Amino acid sequence: MNITVGGGKRSVEAGTTVAQLIEGEKVENAAYVTVAVNDAFVDHADFGSTALFEGDTVEFLYFMGGGR
Amino acid sequence: MAFSPEELERYSRHIILKEVGVKGQKKLCAAKVLIVGAGGLGAPAALYLAAAGVGTIGIVDADEVDLSNLQRQIIHGTSDLGRPKVESAADTMRDINPHVTVKTYQEFLDSANIMDIIADYDFVIDGVDNFPTKFLINDACVMAGKPFVHAGIIRFKGQLMTYVPGQGPCYRCVFHDMPPKDAVPTCKQAGIIGAIAGIIGCLEALEAIKYICGIGELLCGRLLTFDALKGDFHTIKLPPRDPNCAVCGDHPTITELIDYEQPECADAQHGSAL
Repeated sequence: MNITVGGGKRSVEAGTTVAQLIEGEKVENAAYVTVAVNDAFVDHADFGSTALFEGDTVEFLYFMGGGR
Repeated sequence: MAFSPEELERYSRHIILKEVGVKGQKKLCAAKVLIVGAGGLGAPAALYLAAAGVGTIGIVDADEVDLSNLQRQIIHGTSDLGRPKVESAADTMRDINPHVTVKTYQEFLDSANIMDIIADYDFVIDGVDNFPTKFLINDACVMAGKPFVHAGIIRFKGQLMTYVPGQGPCYRCVFHDMPPKDAVPTCKQAGIIGAIAGIIGCLEALEAIKYICGIGELLCGRLLTFDALKGDFHTIKLPPRDPNCAVCGDHPTITELIDYEQPECADAQHGSAL
């Protein structure tokens, strides 16, 4: 199925969960990534149980602490 | 208050813009912006806000100029090594624009001083390099009803988002709580290209200018991310304000400011520098 991740198109298997997507995308520091699916945040506890569907938009938001 | 011929000439490139004009320039000259951190992000922000004629610019930084800062903290020069960063920054700002009043705070922000310091300002710019202070700035601005722009940079990336009281999410709505001490790469481990700090710091200054002039669309409810290697900006639409947010939600559980433990970024002698 086709989804959008970080603005880019991806083709993933039907039923892929957020947790599986994080692994597949090799997300850095996965324990501390914030995930939004279709403009709604997904709790970390629900990564493994939240399935993605055709047309979903996924965003990964990262802590960035630097500034000086 | 009429502008002098010198000011009209100085600000001519603003005044000629229909969205700014004399009216917008007067707003800038009457505005007060606080920049927390005179480093990678704070330096470019301070330079452009001084150039723009923001009437009062506060700059907060407890540290002295260090050699490794000069790769990106472009408000400081080699002749400033060892000087307090706020003094070095103030000198440069005053030279760019003598009409600007610069207030320096050579101290670290903490729960004891932040509310008094931000009280005088219309807009706050996050130019700090550590999560404890980023969360502190967020919480204080929420509690005080002050708009601010958050930003972060690391390696080849940067991001920013703007909080306006009563509109859109705050930083905690998105990032909830402090990451554990070693969770996010430290300044020394990660590195940063100076120009990326420049880009993101300038975007922060722009948010302040847009807010003051009441023009354009602020990054309220949006996280603007930049990937320098790809040469790509990507905007993430943020969910609305979280009614369960610990600080800006309907029933806040954080009602006092928190001094989290000092971050990993701090080295032995100085505060951090990313």
